[in-house]
This record gives sequence, structure tokens and C-alpha cells, in this order.
Amino acid sequence: MNKTSPLRRFGLPIGLGILTLIVWEGCVQALNVSPFLLPGPVAIYHALVDDWGLLSEALLVTLQITGLAFVCAVLGGGLIAVLFSLSRSVETTLFPYAVIMQVTPVVAIAPLLIIWIDNVRLALLACAWLVAFFPILSNTTVGLNSSDHNLRDMFRLYGATTRQTLFRLRMPSAMPYFLTGVRISGGLSLTGAVVAEFVAGTSGQGSGLAYRILEASYQLQTPRMFAALLLISLTGVLIFLATSFISQRILGRWHESAMEREK
Amino acid sequence: MSETTTAVEATVRLRGISKTFSNGTTAVSKLNLDLEPGSFVSLLGPSGCGKSTVLRMIAGLIDPSEGEVTGSREAGRIGFVFQEPTLMPWGSALANIRLPLDLAGVKPAEANARARDALAQVGLEGFADAYPRELSGGMRMRVSLARALTTEPDILLLDEPFAALDEITRFKLNNDLLALWQAKRFTAVFVTHSVFESVYLSQRVVVMAARPGRVSDDLAIETDLARGEEFRTSADYAQLCRRASEALERAMAS
Ligand SMILES: Nc1ncnc2c1ncn2[C@@H]1O[C@H](COP(=O)(O)OP(=O)(O)O)[C@@H](O)[C@H]1O
Ligand SMILES: [Mg+2]
Repeated sequence: MNKTSPLRRFGLPIGLGILTLIVWEGCVQALNVSPFLLPGPVAIYHALVDDWGLLSEALLVTLQITGLAFVCAVLGGGLIAVLFSLSRSVETTLFPYAVIMQVTPVVAIAPLLIIWIDNVRLALLACAWLVAFFPILSNTTVGLNSSDHNLRDMFRLYGATTRQTLFRLRMPSAMPYFLTGVRISGGLSLTGAVVAEFVAGTSGQGSGLAYRILEASYQLQTPRMFAALLLISLTGVLIFLATSFISQRILGRWHESAMEREK
Repeated sequence: MSETTTAVEATVRLRGISKTFSNGTTAVSKLNLDLEPGSFVSLLGPSGCGKSTVLRMIAGLIDPSEGEVTGSREAGRIGFVFQEPTLMPWGSALANIRLPLDLAGVKPAEANARARDALAQVGLEGFADAYPRELSGGMRMRVSLARALTTEPDILLLDEPFAALDEITRFKLNNDLLALWQAKRFTAVFVTHSVFESVYLSQRVVVMAARPGRVSDDLAIETDLARGEEFRTSADYAQLCRRASEALERAMAS
């Protein structure tokens, strides 16, 4: 891989971002575009500041659902994968259903969940979890079955128990796969939470960012829509950075993907 | 350590063993072989002649379809070195070497001490905390060797362990292996397709032929010279290599 200097790595995309903002604001001003149609960055910034009370509360709600869904997905996906790995017949029996749950779009299931589960938060959480857990399950399942066959023989030779093989060989072998699942699922937790909020469309207290976008669109508060959108994007970026960082730390010195190669 | 007297008793016996895999390949057919305790035996043969299969049957990793293996299958008696170093990439050199002891439930303090011993025996004192990725190919193979030796095995099985290394490293590891064998006198079964390596290391070279895998020749490597660079450059060595080469050619022609 080519090693780019930090200055280029951060400077170039940030430069492009600033340039885009300037051109955007310039065009909006010069062409006198209505802020209902396309607000400029300055108007969006004002919306963000003015509506901060409303938006920050919504941000917190979305963060909560996303975070909880993510944690449940990591634990649930990981545990179910381990369960699958312990028994072929359990895996063969249940895996197709996990796939069905995955391939059915969450937007289609969400209304049902919302009917079944009284507590809206809980329903949203269930939706987000449904979307987020599968990548962890499928990646970890593959990982648990992909340990080096010579190492497996080595464990057999030394009379390792099922438990020892699981903890000392299969789980560590699965770690890079699991972490890939975690990175994907981090983003999906947010997607799941946002989609579920749109579907639920609940108003009033305790609504998340997605609902604020809907609400703002009804009121033609386009700058506020953008402000909420910005917060969702930032949340996504933050999740991406955090999961990448954690994965880098865990794989540390041992895995190819986490190694810095000197040239 | 002091148990070597009881250790060096059982002769490993392969009696009429055959192995046919489920896909119909007969890898080994009616093979007989006795391995004297404490001897160094090479299995020499073209690739695909069933050397690895024989080794894995001795280790008990696979069962023969026919025949019997005795004297090797009691747990803890065997060390195995694969062609690849086969280390756990997530564990330090020390953790890798300690694995057999950990699996046997040896106490951590003792396991660490013994693993450090083994690490020193293969000349890697300073590398206990290094990860496999940070080691060269030769060093990784040394770690693999140290792991096979931590349990003080009576029988050490090596499956083309140095085939992937450069010649200089291979020579060094050959000498180190000989020194370890001379010090500990385990029964060594060394699989190789190199005539030179087999003659240099062993007291006996068993030449195998393919399709189906069987013993085609059994050569005693007798010399008055001590094994080492002197032997490698001697007329004895050249002559023994020639004999082994001829035997290998016969095996491949048959
Ligand atoms: N697990 C297996 N399943 C099917 N065929 C195998 C298996 N292992 C080895 N063989 C076949 O058995 C023959 C001998 O293989 P092997 O013992 O690995 O030979 P060598 O180590 O001498 O190169 C080869 O033809 C190989 O393809
Ligand atoms: Mg082989």
C-alpha cells in the first residue's frame, strides 16, 4: 500500500470540503435560491444553532437506539455464532431463518414490530438490531470455521478439549472476521434506527433525528432538515472511526490488515 | 529430562498399513516399518508418495484403513513439526511454545519456565515476546521446533520442515536439529524430498515409491565421521548421497 502523509491524507479531503462549501454558498447567494429548496451552509449553520435544543435531544435519542442496537447486535450475533459453531445441526436448522430475517427489508417488518411492541423505543431498537446483527453473525460463523487446519491438527495432537479449541483456536481465528462484522454492523445500527424512526413516525417527546427530518419537511424547514442530516452523517462517521480504531487495537501486531509495513 | 530412560522403550511399529481416502485415492498400501527407539530415520520420496499420510498415521491424526500402528499413539509422546510453521498469529513466540503445556493443564509458571527453556534450546532467547509476523521464516520454524520439544516427546515427527527455507538457513537448522537429537535422543522421523538432507541427518533412509505409497528401499547411512560440516564435504557423504539418489530413481521408475 502507498503511504500518504497525514497532511495529504487529511488536508486534501478537508480542502475539497471547504471549497465545496464556499462554492455552494456562493451559488446559493448569487442565484438567489430559495432556502426552502436549497439552503446554503450558512443558513444550515444557523438552523443548527437556533434549533440546537430540539436537535440535540433528538440526537441523543437516535444515539441511544443506535448504541443499544449495536451492543445487542455484537453480543447477540457473537453468541449465536458461537452457538452455531458448537453444533452443526443447530446451525443447519437456524441459519436459513437468520438469512430470511436478513433479506426481508426492515422497512417491511418495522410496521409489524411497531404494532406488536407497545413501547416505541423498544420497537425501534428491535428494528435496528434486526438490521445490525446479521453481518456479525455471518462473519463470525465463517471465522469460527476457518481456523488453519494444521493448527487444528496440532490441537488434536495435544488432546485439546472442545472448550480449549473454541477459546484458544477458533475464537481468536474468528476475531478478524468478527471485527469486520462489527464495523459493518456499526453503520447498519444507525441505518436501522433511522429507517425505523421514519416508519414509526411518532411525534412529540423523545423523537429521534429521523422524525425531526420528517417534521421539518412538513413544515418546509429545509435548513433544519439539513442540520439533522448533518448530525446523522457525523454520527455515522464517528461510529466508523470508533469501530475501526477498536479493531485496529485488538488486532494489533498480529494480523496482516493491522500491520504497518515499512518500505 | 530424567525420564528419557523409560521413554526410549517402545518401538514404533507400522504393520501392513494402508490408507484409502474417501475420494478413492490410495495414498499408502500395505506398508511395514519399524522405528528403533532413539533412531533418526528419514522418509525420502517424490511428492505425492504418501509420506505425510504415513506421518499423520503415526501421530494418530488419521487412522489407517487397514493394518495397525503401535508404540506411538499414547498422548504426549509425540511432537509434530509441519512444513509450515503453523503458529498462532495472535500469540507471542512464548505463548505458541507454551501451547502444548497449556492444553495439558500445566501451571502457568511452570509452563512459562519450560517454554523459555525450549526457546533457548533453539537459540531464540531474546524473542519470547515477538509475534510470528515479526519473525523471519527460519525463526518461525525454530519456534515451531521449540513447541514440538516443550513436552519432551519420545518421538518427533517432522514433515518437510525446512523445505520452504533458503539453503543457508536450512543448513543451520539441520545442524541445530542434529544437536538437539544428539542431546535428547528422541526417535526422529524426518520427511523430505531432498536426498542430501536425508543422508546428512539420518541413520537410516527409507525410500518410498508412489501410486500406491510403499517402501521401495531401506538404506543404512553408516559413517565413522561425526555429523557436521566435515561430513557434508566428505567422500563418504558423496557416496552415500549417490546411493540414495539411485534408490530414489529406482523408486520413481517403478
Ligand atoms: N485428506 C486427503 N484426502 C484425499 N486425498 C489425499 C488426502 N491427503 C492426501 N491425499 C492424497 O494422497 C496421496 C499422498 O499424499 P501425501 O501423503 O500428502 O504425499 P506426500 O506427503 O508424500 O507428498 C496424494 O495423491 C494426495 O493427493
Ligand atoms: Mg507431504
